[in-house]
Amino acid sequence: MLRSVSTVIGYALREGLRRRVFLAVLLLSLGFLALYGVGAHFAFRDAGGFAEGEAKILDPKAFTGATIFGMAMFTTLFLGSVLAVFLTLGIVRGDAESGLLQPLVVRPIGRTTLMLSRYLAAAGLAAAYVLAVYGAALAITWQAGHWAPDHLLGPALALALAVAIVAALSLLVSTFLSVTAQGIVVFMVYGAGLTAGLLAQIGHAINSATLHSIGHTASWVLPFEGLYAASLHALISNTSGLTGVVLQLGPFGGSEAASPGLIIWAFIYTAGVLAIAAAAFSRRDL
Amino acid sequence: MAAVLAARALRKSYRGKEALVGVDLEVGAGELLGLLGPNGAGKSTLTKIACGLVRPSGGSVEVLGQPAGSPPARAAIGYLAELFRFPGWCSAEELLQLHQRLCGSAGGASERAELLALVELSHAADTRVETMSKGMQQRLGIAQALVGSPRLLLLDEPTSALDPVGRRIVRGLLEELRRRDVAVLLNSHLLSEVELVCDRVAIIADGKLVREGRPVDLERPRGVEVETANGVRLFEGAGHEQAPEIVARLVAEGERIHRVEVLSSTLEDVYLEAVRGRTG
Repeated sequence: MLRSVSTVIGYALREGLRRRVFLAVLLLSLGFLALYGVGAHFAFRDAGGFAEGEAKILDPKAFTGATIFGMAMFTTLFLGSVLAVFLTLGIVRGDAESGLLQPLVVRPIGRTTLMLSRYLAAAGLAAAYVLAVYGAALAITWQAGHWAPDHLLGPALALALAVAIVAALSLLVSTFLSVTAQGIVVFMVYGAGLTAGLLAQIGHAINSATLHSIGHTASWVLPFEGLYAASLHALISNTSGLTGVVLQLGPFGGSEAASPGLIIWAFIYTAGVLAIAAAAFSRRDL
Repeated sequence: MAAVLAARALRKSYRGKEALVGVDLEVGAGELLGLLGPNGAGKSTLTKIACGLVRPSGGSVEVLGQPAGSPPARAAIGYLAELFRFPGWCSAEELLQLHQRLCGSAGGASERAELLALVELSHAADTRVETMSKGMQQRLGIAQALVGSPRLLLLDEPTSALDPVGRRIVRGLLEELRRRDVAVLLNSHLLSEVELVCDRVAIIADGKLVREGRPVDLERPRGVEVETANGVRLFEGAGHEQAPEIVARLVAEGERIHRVEVLSSTLEDVYLEAVRGRTG
C-alpha cells in the first residue's frame, strides 16, 4: 500500500518535472518575488515619514508591512490555488476520456489509493509551494523594512491548508466534469469564496451585520476563504492603537482569528470532499 | 479445463440501453479466445467488466474464481484498452517500471528487457512515448499488459494501429503466450488474424452471444467443386465425406477429372451470417 502510494506520488512529481511545470512555476514566482521586493523597498522608504509629527500614534512600519505583506499573501494563495488546480486538472474524467487512466486503474493498487495518492502529491506540492513563497515574501519584507507579522507560522500553515482544500475541491469536480469545465467551475468557486470574504470586509467597514454574516457563512461553506481571513488576522492580531484601527479599515477588515472549530472543520471538510470524490470515482464506469 | 475467465448471465445496460444481455463465456488456461462482433456489439464492455473498469448490471464475471475488479482478480490480469494513452514524457523503460511497481512485480530490469524484446522494442527502451509511432506505442502497450506475468490477458483491438510486420510480431507473441499457459481474450475486427491464432471464437451481436466454437467447427461445408473436361461443376451441400463418391460417379460416367476441391465457409462467412449485416 505505502509502496503504491509512493509510486504514484513519484509519478506525479516526475510528470511535473518533465513537463517543466515546476520550472515555469519557479520562474513566475521569482518574477513575482522580485516585483514584490521592489514594491516593498519603495513602500517602506516612502512611508517612512508617514504620520510624522502625530506623536507616533500611527506606526508606519507596521502599517506598510502589514498592508504589503497581506497583499503578498493574497497573491501567494492565488498562485498556490492555481498550482493546486492545474496539478489536479483532469485527474479523473479528463484522464479517463484520454485513455491515460485505464492502464493504471486496472492494476491492483485500487481506485481510492490511486486517487488519494494523486491528491497527496498535488496538495503536498501546492502547500509546499505556498510555504516557500510565504517564507520568501517574509524574508523580503524583513529585509526591506524590518517588519515581521505578529505570528509567523500560523498564517503560513493556514494558507497551506487553504490550498489543500482547493486541491480537494478540484479533485472532486474532476470526477464529474471534463478538463475545461473543471477549471472553470473550480476558479468560479474560488472567486466566489474570495468575493464573499470581500463582502465581509465591506460589511465590517460599514457595520452591516448581513454582509458580515454572508462572509462568516462563506468561511464555513468554503473554508479556504475562512483560513485566508484567519491568516490575515494573525498578521496583525497584536497590533493595537490607531495602526490597528486603520488596518481594520483596509483588507484586514472583517478578518477573524482562526478558531479551533474552523481548523477542525477545515480538516473534516477536506476529508469529506475526498470521501465523496473517492465514492464517485469508485462507482464510475471507465 | 479450469476457467481463468468465466462470465455468467452477464448483463450491462447504459441508461436503459442494453449493451450485454445474459452473456455466458469462459476462457481456459492457455486458451486464446477471439471475441468478434460489430461496433457497439458489447465486446469492449465485456472486456472492461472483466478487468473491473465497468460494473455489470447483472450476472457475474470471475477471474480465477475471484470477482472481476477485486484486488486478486486485478493482480491476475493484463489489459490493453482499445483507446489508450501513455504519458508522453515517459520512456518505455520508465513506463514498464511504473507498472511493475503498481502490480508488485519483482521482475526488475530483466523482466523489462524481456518484455521489450518480446515486442521488438529493445532499441527503444529510452525513447519517450511522445516520439514513438502509434504502432510502437501499441506494442509498448502489449508489453505493459504483460508486466507481472498475468494469467489472463485482455486485449482490445491490439493490432488496430500495426502494420503487417507489427501484426506478425503480435501473432508470434500470442503463440508464445499460449505456450506459457496464459489465457487470452482477443477482441478484434481482423477476422483473418483471429482465424490464424485463436483456439476458439465467440461472436457477439446486440449484446448477445450468437455463435461460439472452434473456427473449424463453426465453418460449414459449401459443396464440392469438380473441374472436368466439360467445365466446373459444383455439388452443393456435399462435404469432405462425399467427395470420393462424387469423383467415382463422374469417372463412371466417363468424365475426365482435372481438379477436386471441398469448399467450406470462411470465418468471414460465419461472422456475416451470425451478425446478419449488423454494423455499428
